Parts: sequence; structure tokens; C-alpha cells
Amino acid sequence: MSARQPMDPTNFEPLGHSAERERLEQTWSTPPGIYGWLTTVDHKLIGKRFIVTAFFFFLAGGILAMLMRLQLAQPDNRLLGPDLYNQIFTMHGTTMMFLFAVPIMEAMGVYLVPLMVGTRNIAFPRLNAFSYWIYLFGGLMLYSAFLLNIGPDVGWFSYVPLAGPEYGTGKRADFWAQTITFTEVSALAVAVEIITTVFKQRAVGMSLGRVPLLAWAMVVMSFMIIFAMPGVILASTTLIMDRLVGTHFFNPAEGGDALLWQHLFWFFGHPEVYIIFIPALGMMSSIIATFSRRPVFGHAVMVSALVATGVIGFMLWVHHMFATMVPNAGKMFFTVASMLIALPTALQVYCWIATLWTGRPVFKTPLLFVLAFFFILVLGGLTGLMLASISLDTQVHDTFFVVAHLHYVLIGGAVFPLFGAFYYWFPKITGRLLNETAGRWNFWLFFIGFNLAFFPMHQLGLEGMPRRVYTYPEAMGWGGLNLLATIGAGLIAASVLVFIGNVLWCRRRGALVGNNPWSAGTLEWATTSPPPDYNFHPVPVVAGPEPLWERATGLPVVAGLSDTTREVLVTTLIEAKPDHREELPGPSLWPLISALALAALFVGSIFTPWAVVWGSIPVAAALIGWFWPKKRETEEEVAEEVPP
Amino acid sequence: MSLFGDPHFAWRNAQSALNSAGPQAARIEAYWWLIFAVSALALILVVLAMFYALFHSRRRSDLEPEFRPSPKLERSRGWVVGILGAVTGVILLGLIAGSFATDQALESFTAQDALSIDVIGHQWWWEVQYIDPVPSRRASTANEIHVPVGRTVALTLKSHDVIHSFWAPNLTGKQDLIPGHEATLNFRADRAGVFRGQCAEFCGYQHAYMGFLVVAEPPDQFAAWLEKQRAPAMTPANPSQRRGQEVFLSRDCALCHTIQGTEASGKTAPDLTHLAGRKTLAAATLANNPSTLAAWIVDPQSLKPGNHMPSHLQSVRLGGDGPSGLLNQEDLQALLDYLGNLE
Repeated sequence: MSARQPMDPTNFEPLGHSAERERLEQTWSTPPGIYGWLTTVDHKLIGKRFIVTAFFFFLAGGILAMLMRLQLAQPDNRLLGPDLYNQIFTMHGTTMMFLFAVPIMEAMGVYLVPLMVGTRNIAFPRLNAFSYWIYLFGGLMLYSAFLLNIGPDVGWFSYVPLAGPEYGTGKRADFWAQTITFTEVSALAVAVEIITTVFKQRAVGMSLGRVPLLAWAMVVMSFMIIFAMPGVILASTTLIMDRLVGTHFFNPAEGGDALLWQHLFWFFGHPEVYIIFIPALGMMSSIIATFSRRPVFGHAVMVSALVATGVIGFMLWVHHMFATMVPNAGKMFFTVASMLIALPTALQVYCWIATLWTGRPVFKTPLLFVLAFFFILVLGGLTGLMLASISLDTQVHDTFFVVAHLHYVLIGGAVFPLFGAFYYWFPKITGRLLNETAGRWNFWLFFIGFNLAFFPMHQLGLEGMPRRVYTYPEAMGWGGLNLLATIGAGLIAASVLVFIGNVLWCRRRGALVGNNPWSAGTLEWATTSPPPDYNFHPVPVVAGPEPLWERATGLPVVAGLSDTTREVLVTTLIEAKPDHREELPGPSLWPLISALALAALFVGSIFTPWAVVWGSIPVAAALIGWFWPKKRETEEEVAEEVPP
Repeated sequence: MSLFGDPHFAWRNAQSALNSAGPQAARIEAYWWLIFAVSALALILVVLAMFYALFHSRRRSDLEPEFRPSPKLERSRGWVVGILGAVTGVILLGLIAGSFATDQALESFTAQDALSIDVIGHQWWWEVQYIDPVPSRRASTANEIHVPVGRTVALTLKSHDVIHSFWAPNLTGKQDLIPGHEATLNFRADRAGVFRGQCAEFCGYQHAYMGFLVVAEPPDQFAAWLEKQRAPAMTPANPSQRRGQEVFLSRDCALCHTIQGTEASGKTAPDLTHLAGRKTLAAATLANNPSTLAAWIVDPQSLKPGNHMPSHLQSVRLGGDGPSGLLNQEDLQALLDYLGNLE
């Protein structure tokens, strides 16, 4: 594609004067050295850090998965005992859901959304720095506990009473519960930043109808985070209170209820799946549009489908509880919702196929990963329909059938698009292309390995193999399919190694391909690759959903933003008309200090309730430091103030 | 290493949702095949459509993006997408109707004249109580549920500790046992056979080896079995067995286990009154024969790590006339003789 560039994105770059650029550079740059590393508020640096950290947790979760597959490769295996296996499957689930899947989607949002909507930084940049630190500390705490052999062992869902004070002895379940608190605080912060950035910091002219589908997806994800996460924070906090100060929220002997936990957890837990899935749908749309050489078919339908998925996603949590004694009439509502949520996704699939059909597909690695979605995710969605039926669910619930289903949905629906996204945006982040041949190896090993690993699990589940068993008797006859699954897992591991090699090699030696190697149409490609600290200069004005395609000779621009302060343009919610200028804060150590103080409080409260009391003092002090008014800003505000 | 040393036990298809042995499981299996067929067809069509789109996309020689596609073409494709969406909606409604019909059918199976059995989940075994209005006609057993062919069985499910889930896929779907709640589950076996089931809700260390058997037998055979279960345990028939009973009653065994007709009345572990009549040990983990029983008594912790039965490995190794509480070889042999007689 690079052979013929239909537009040169640098066309609009030279409009800025170099003196201006230097001043912008100075204003927006991150201080050098370790101090800069600790204080930066640049969404690109934080986004990259977020992505790399989440990827490390993906590798950790993957190693745990490999261990589980080795244990299950043959019947009556004694490689891992039940104690270790239970910790490992708990850590695998917790890592993949809380430390990889949700954070990496947020991380992609943190990096891409400000570029996509054409602004110079994410809204609330210090909160953004804070959210990364909190996430990192939560992950480190969980893995420290695991490596000290006091990691959680009651599943990523931590059902009470097994996770309660009576049966979940030691501090294992507390580490799990507190990890949740860390990730949720981080997720809520990012959600607020993304919503504000998309709603208020869009480029002039980017009315709601022109917002790229990925940005829409990030907004829907963020709203889901805001509505879903409080449920699980409530759950994890009440669990810790039951365990630490003897409340009886979940203790049936004292009027509590074990079923309450399941409602609270799944009210969050099911939307969580869509929190992971919806951003991936946005990535699908970005990649399909670029490689079909046309906008995604049915933009309005696509946006409505994202929103509908987000709303219906809150109406089906009870389908995780069909085997409990929730009355059948109540369960039926959830059957209907669980089946109908397939409709918006089906419509998106049809629209994408229509896009490919009426477009001009270009077969590059990102598109391959995206095409795998049409097999893997669709299969996972169809098994999801089976789980939506109450009676059929009572047969396959909590078996390997569900293990197969959820991996088809989450790997096919999120990880495959995500790998496509890595290949697609890698040149944006580094200025270099990932190797195409390695990309194909990466893809085919992953695709074949994935199906080998997870397809047999459908049959295992139907043949009676429950989930979360550390082994199984030889007489059950499950050995062969399990061995096949383990071989498949090995291929996936090989594929991930290829990817890592590709990234490590190409980040220094990959082909330099200019600013817009795929000749894509959205704003993130309107600046240099990698982007400068200030993202854009000058700030673009857009007149369509794919501005770079429509104005191949350069975009109109906004002038008048200060180049000596970190000023961004705030636009109106619907039309994106210029509204006012807003100064964003610069680098600061306070987010890190606040995160450290809050982390100390969270970790301490695992051991004593007094940590909440004494720990809140440093938290309050750090927050006061963070929000302490600056002299210069106060003077400016006083000067601007109009007396009544 | 196989915990079932006995090749006689092969459970393939004995714990399968695709090998129904009663009307409940059969209804669910029928719905499974319906939704499987619809899904397989849908998947094939989507993949074919994708390939069609990829290879019949409009041939253009250049890569110039078409940012404003022709409205006429878009409209005609819009119709296709719209119709597909409508068809998808109708199919989904059909599947919902099928699901409801299956649920209704399961509800409508009569539970009149049902055989009532209480099943209580423990970490990591199943207590089974045959209910009868006359207290002396009740019977208690563990990990093995006998049912008459052709008669509905009504299980009342309770949990003693954490959440478990009762699942015998050849007979019906699973039902959770949640502490503080009682649940019911009805099924009927329409053919004789030995079916296996297993706990399906993660419940701690030995969730993997919390199995049970459902033995479906002709009504008269079942009645005879139940009659036998109601009786107290066999009395020791020879000196070795008598010594074995002494060992059982004087050591830690009787603290947890019950043997009807003796002073042993512990309630936290399986009732052993008719142990020798059972097919398996340790919740369908081991075939029940003298050597597995010996291995289990001596070292349950290596066979099923983390379970609540204490290990007697140290005692047996020390052997001889060790201090009270230790089990020597002769005691062990006597104990096996005694337990082997508890038909």
C-alpha cells in the first residue's frame, strides 16, 4: 500500500512555524530522566506504559495457563497439587480479566483516543498518571502474594462462603478482593478521562456523527465501567468487611446470603465481558475501514449497535446463575436478553461483511487477525446462545464447554482484534512497521493453536468434564482431547513468542514507513509517527468521519491556542464547535505520591481495619498537595475575573 | 497412575449430556441438537459470506479510498443487511421459543409418587438420606444413589459447608447446593445402568474428586437394596472382624463415621454401615476393593490431598505395639476384615 500514497499527511504539517514548534516542544515536553519518567502526564507515554504492563500481565497469565494445560494433559497427573492448581487457575482468571483485558483496552484508549479526536492530551492528565500507578501497584501486590505462596485460591469469582471467613482461611481471598479495588479505581479514573476527552476535546467540526467508531466504542466501554464497577467494589469491600471485621453480609447463619454475592459479582461480571469486547469491536471497525479502502458500512447502525450492546449487557447477569434457585419466571427474562444481545453484534458482522464486499480488501496482517473474528467470535457467540437457554445451560454450565465458549468469545472477540490492532498501530507508536512474514506466522500459529486448544473443550464439557478440576480419573476417557488442547496451547505460546520477537526486532530495525503507512482516514494519522509531545500542530479541523481521505491535500486548522501553556481547545458536545480554551496541568509527582499513599491504605486494610483510619491521613495529605493552588494560576484567574 | 486400578470402571458416556437415560436429560439433549444445527448452519453461512465478500469485492485497480460510496449501491447493500438482521431476529425468537418449550416440558414432568431423597453436599463427598415418614425406615448412605427405573426421584439438595453443584448429566441438568437455601431437583431414569455424576461448582481442594454414582435398577431390585440399607450393620462374624470392630470404635474412626448398630455415630464423614456394598470409595474416586480400602485408610492424603480424613501412614510405619491411637499391621488387617464384611 505504501507504493502509492494517495495523500501525504505531512502536507498540513509545515503550516506551523518552527519557532512555534520549539515553544510547543518546550511547553508539552516531559522532563528528562527518572524524574520525568515518574512525573509525566503525557497520555502517549502513560498509554505505552499501560500497554506494556498489561502485556506483561498477559504473558504471566499465559504462563499460568500453560501450567494448567500441562497439568491437565494427562489423567491423574501429579505435576501440580490441588493447592497450587487452585491458586494458578485463580491467578490466571484474575490476571486475564482484571490485569490484562480491561486495562489493555483502557490503555489503547488512553493512547489512541486523544489522537483520534485531535487534541493535545487526554482530559485530566494527572488523574491518568494516577490511574496507571494504582493499576501497577494492584498488580504488583497480587503477584507478590502469589510468589509468597499466599495468593488467592478461590477462583476469579470468589464465591462465598468458600471465600468467606470460615472456609477461606489466611489472607488469600483478601489479596484477591483488594486487587479488584485497585483495578476498579484505576478503571473508573480512565473511564472518566476517556468520556471527557471524547465529549469535550474533539477537533472542531467532529460532530457526534463524525466521531470514529473506535472512539465511540471507548465511550460505551467507559460508561459501562462507570455503571458496572461500583457493583464489584461494593462486593469486594463487603467481602473484606466480612473477613476482617466480622460483618455478616454473606453469612446465611446470621441473616446474610451467599446468593447476594453472586448477584453483585455478576452484575459487574457480565458487563465486564462487554467492557472487553466493545473496544475490540471499535478496533475491528478501524482496521476493516482502512483495509477495505472505504468507511465502514452503516455508520449509524454500527454506533447504535455499540450502544445497544452496552445497554443490554447489563440485563443478563443472571444467566451465570441458572443453576441456583432463582425462580424460573425470573430466569426467563435473562434468557431473552442473553439471546437478543446477539442481534447488535450480528448486525455489526453483517455491516463489516458489506464493507469488505463493497470495498477493496488489502490482505495485511492486521486484516488477517480481524478476519479470524468472523470464525472465532461468531462461533463463541453461537455457543453463548446455548448458554442463554436455562435448561441447556444447566447441562453445560461450569463445564469445559463454558471454558471453550468464554475463550472463543474473549480471545476471538478481543485478543485477535487486539493483535490486529498491535500490528495496525505499531507504526503510529514507533514509526516503524512490524515484519509482515513474522506477522503471518504469528497469525497462523495463533489461529491453529487456538482452535486446537479450545474446540475440543466443547466436547469435553458435554462429556461431563467440569471446570476448575485439577485433575480427572483416567476412566473418564477425557485424556485424549485434553492432550490435544495442551498441544494447541503450546502453539499459542509459540505464536506469542513470534510476536514478542517481531516487536523487539522491529522497534529498532523495522521498516521506516512514514506517517501514514496504511493511508488510513482517521485523525491519529494526521500527525507524525510517532507523534510529538503536543500531538498536533496546528490543531486540525475536520469535515467528515474520515478527514484524511476527504481532504487529501491537507486539513484546515485552528490557530490561536497558546504555545507557552498547555492549552487545549474545548468544543461543544454535539456539534464540536469551539467553546473555550482550557489549560491542562503539567508533570507532577503528586499522582505517584497519592497512588502510593492509597496503595498503602488498600494493602494495610487487608490486615487491619485501622489502616483505613491512619492510612487516610497520608492520602488526604497527598491529595491536598496535588490540588494545592499554584500562585501563577491564581494570579491569572484573579486578573481575568470580572467583578460583579 | 490411575486411581481406578480396576479396568472394570470405564466411565466414558456414563457422565455425558449426550447419552440421556431419562426424560429430563432427553428433552435437553433434543434442544441441544436443534440449537447445534441452527448454530452450525449460521457459522457456515457467515464464513462463506465473508469469503464471498473478500473475493467478490469490487475490483478496483487502485487503492484510492472511496470515502463517499455511491448512495445507490449503499442502499441496495443496506437492504441485504436489513433483511439478514430481520432473519437473525426471527431465528433468535425461534430459539427463545424452543428454550421456553424445553423449560416448560421439564417443569411439567410429574413429581407425584416421587421417591424423596435428601442429598447433602460436604467438602468433598455426598451424604444421601432416603426419607420415610417412619424414622426407622429411613436409610443413610454416601456417594452412591440407588434409584428405581421408571419412577421419578425428587432430590432435596442442601449444603453442609460451601456451595456445591449436583450434576448427573445422563439424567438431568445441574442444581447448586447453596448453604442457607434448599433446592429441589427431579429426574427419572428410564433405563437401568450405573451413571456417574460430579460436583460442578468449585468447592475447594478436592472439587476434582467429588464424584458420585447413580445406580438405576429395576424396582424390585431397588426395593431389596433399600431394605438392606435400612438394616443395621452386619455383626462381626469371626475374631479378626471382632478385633476390627474394636479398632474402629477405639480409634479416631468413630469420631467422624457412623456404623448403625454400633456406638460409632460421627456425622462429619460418610456413613459406613453398608460400606462393602458400595462400588467406590472416597466419592467415586477409587474402586472399592480390599487393596484400595487399605491404601485409603493408610494414606488418604496422598490419594486425595487436602481431604478431611487424617492420614494413618505414620501409625502403620511405626507399627508394633505403638502407643494407643497408632494402627499396626494386624489392626489394619482386622479393620479391613471388619469393613469388608459391612455388606
